[in-house]
Amino acid sequence: MEIDLAFIWAGLIAIAVLAYVILDGFDLGVGILFPLYPEEHQRDLMMNTVAPVWDGNETWLVLGGGGLFAVFPLAYATIMPALYAPLIVMLLALIFRGVAFEFRWRTKRGKFLWDWAFAGGSLIATFSQGVALGALVQGIKVANRAYAGGWWDWLTPFSLLTGVALVVGYALLGSTWLVMKTDTEVRDKARLQARLTGIGTLALIGAVSLWTPFQNAVYLERWFAWPAMLFSGIVPLLVLLCAFLLFKGLAGKRDYVPFLASLGIFVLCYIGIGISFYPYMVPPSLTIWDVAAPDESLGFLLVGTVVLLPMILAYTAYAYWVFRGKVDPSEGYH
Amino acid sequence: MFENFDATLLARIQFAFTVSFHIIFPAFSIGLASYLAVLEGLWLWKKDEAYMKLFHYWKKIFAVTFGMGVVSGIVMSYQFGTNWSVFSDKAGPVIGPLMGYEVLSAFFLEAGFLGIMLFGLNRVGPKLHFFATLMVAAGTLMSAFWILSVNSWMQTPAGYAINDVGQYVPADWWAVIFNPSFPYRLVHMVLAAYLTTAFVVGAVGAWHVLKDDGRDRGAQIMFSMALWMAALVAPLQILAGDFHGLNTLEHQPAKVAAMEGHYETRSGAPLILFGLPDDEQERVRYAIEIPKLGSLILTHSLDGEVKGLKEWPKEDRPPALIVFWSFRIMVAIGFAMLAVGLWSLWRRWRGGLFEDKWLARFAVVMGPSGFVAVLAGWITTEVGRQPYTIYGLLRTSDSVSPLGAPAVGASLIAFIIVYFAVFGAGTFYLLRLMKRKPDIGFNDEDIGPTRTAGITPAPAVDAGRVMNPAE
Repeated sequence: MEIDLAFIWAGLIAIAVLAYVILDGFDLGVGILFPLYPEEHQRDLMMNTVAPVWDGNETWLVLGGGGLFAVFPLAYATIMPALYAPLIVMLLALIFRGVAFEFRWRTKRGKFLWDWAFAGGSLIATFSQGVALGALVQGIKVANRAYAGGWWDWLTPFSLLTGVALVVGYALLGSTWLVMKTDTEVRDKARLQARLTGIGTLALIGAVSLWTPFQNAVYLERWFAWPAMLFSGIVPLLVLLCAFLLFKGLAGKRDYVPFLASLGIFVLCYIGIGISFYPYMVPPSLTIWDVAAPDESLGFLLVGTVVLLPMILAYTAYAYWVFRGKVDPSEGYH
Repeated sequence: MFENFDATLLARIQFAFTVSFHIIFPAFSIGLASYLAVLEGLWLWKKDEAYMKLFHYWKKIFAVTFGMGVVSGIVMSYQFGTNWSVFSDKAGPVIGPLMGYEVLSAFFLEAGFLGIMLFGLNRVGPKLHFFATLMVAAGTLMSAFWILSVNSWMQTPAGYAINDVGQYVPADWWAVIFNPSFPYRLVHMVLAAYLTTAFVVGAVGAWHVLKDDGRDRGAQIMFSMALWMAALVAPLQILAGDFHGLNTLEHQPAKVAAMEGHYETRSGAPLILFGLPDDEQERVRYAIEIPKLGSLILTHSLDGEVKGLKEWPKEDRPPALIVFWSFRIMVAIGFAMLAVGLWSLWRRWRGGLFEDKWLARFAVVMGPSGFVAVLAGWITTEVGRQPYTIYGLLRTSDSVSPLGAPAVGASLIAFIIVYFAVFGAGTFYLLRLMKRKPDIGFNDEDIGPTRTAGITPAPAVDAGRVMNPAE
């Protein structure tokens, strides 16, 4: 049996992007919620919940970009120019929020500036990612191995909606993360925010799901084709189950439940998007096999990935384990 | 407002700008990560708290530098696709997997252990913490390995074939990775990173030695360590640079001709010390030359033949003026570094290393020299590769995305504003961190949970005198 390397890689890239979404999702979410916590000690605490891990979280974004370049160069070469504006804005926003982790501790007078850089950068980066996702769902015009659309094709009501949806979704991840990692007044506030963003997230998931088939009728066909239908029937039910666990967890004592339930919602939505796309990587014209690099490239990188990825997961898990549990407010890093 | 500009030129300026800013941070953090590992290793070995204090001192500087390196690096990983999509499509199958390995073997390693290195000493204990520091250092070196392999392949492509849609595809991975210029470039760049760090550490040490009349032990330790590096690594670097140059002569003779300002092919070529290469008139104006020395350096023979730029059609030549001067700046700094190293050796032999104010002043002035040399060197090799992105195979003008000038121009302006604002602030904070006294100072706010027992008592007396780093 021939091994379909392109298929394997599509799965691995999908996992990398998912890892990015849920990992950087919660720390971007903490940034989005930042302005709602005016007290300096609360902000310090929020920052310290993510400071040891944000570098690693953002590395998944580099893997998403670099991995696409390595194994699906044509997808990389067409998606990037098509999403030029939102991606450049995202990169600039990530600069502001990334440096804020260190800079805000280095100044007293300018601290508020870097607080705004962190909050604004997180918000804008998230919104740009959501817009980029929506633009990809809409489809990208390709001719002669190059992007063939206009510079504003990405900007539509649908992509703005997905932008808003991702902001609310990341805020949900951020608030449930804070519930898990903090105590007392920050946690109480985060609980309330988690309820609100939870309702918002579910509503927006519904809106995006209902609108998606109108972007391209193919999506509807794929959802109701056999055997995907089995899944498209179950996914909404599982989302509801996760939503139930989320609200039950927020009312209960086990503070890690809401975060895990929110992660569940994200994973399920992601699988839903995967079903809509497959087998296309650059909808509506290029499949994963159209854009894949030759097998020599795919095989070469796969050999190392098989060894390195489990190691990465192991030491990433270890780093999270080292910094497990509630963050002690007195234990600031700086 | 950009209608009259050439989108390719704007894309080139944008890449040059973002990559130049980016390289500054890894050039420093590669060396600094190794330095931190050495300091922590010495602390574990000699049980001398002074090394741990220095570790904490430089750790904060590393964290700020590394953060800036990460965010400017993410830009690079997307820049290929946004602005150079044709290049990405054609070269992706060859260099993409190498960059994939960089992410998997280097970036994750650095980022995964960075949190433990910065915040985890009390949670994991000294031994595991040292392991984390080593992993961060290994990650930075691994990253240099892969990205320099990528760059070298673009300079001296090997081990590839061309498929039916016009992509370069791998034929022999070993030949791709260990392409002809890679070993030289790797050694030259890693040594450059170590020297860059050594001169920053040396300048900070020298600054505090001067301010404290040589009584601050922390300042003395870093000053002395840095000068050992200068004395040992600067000569090695000059040697490595010579080998690298000979390798370039073999594979990219047009680049060397531009570096030397040679337009005519001749035997017994002079060494042009200074002058203004003029690509229009194809001669070097105001040239100051030393007869025959050019041939001697390049061919190791007085009458060796050296190729001039006229060997190539005008459209295949790199622009000589930039390459000529950036090369000279790099070489001059290299010899100035050697001078610092030799001076320090002489002082060690005659005594008075910490009393020689002029040596310390020289070291302070040389603090940023490594960055200038690294940038000048990269300008030499990258501009010298023109007019190609993949040397001899793919022209720069054929590599660019189908973008309009307004799009590239607008993003370029955004990058310029954001980079100067953000990294300007970062540099300011770094300088302020370096202004703290190394031996006296950590106030409580500054050290946090990573404080090891027994650091603060004596210095606390002096705390009032210490400049508050947060002011």
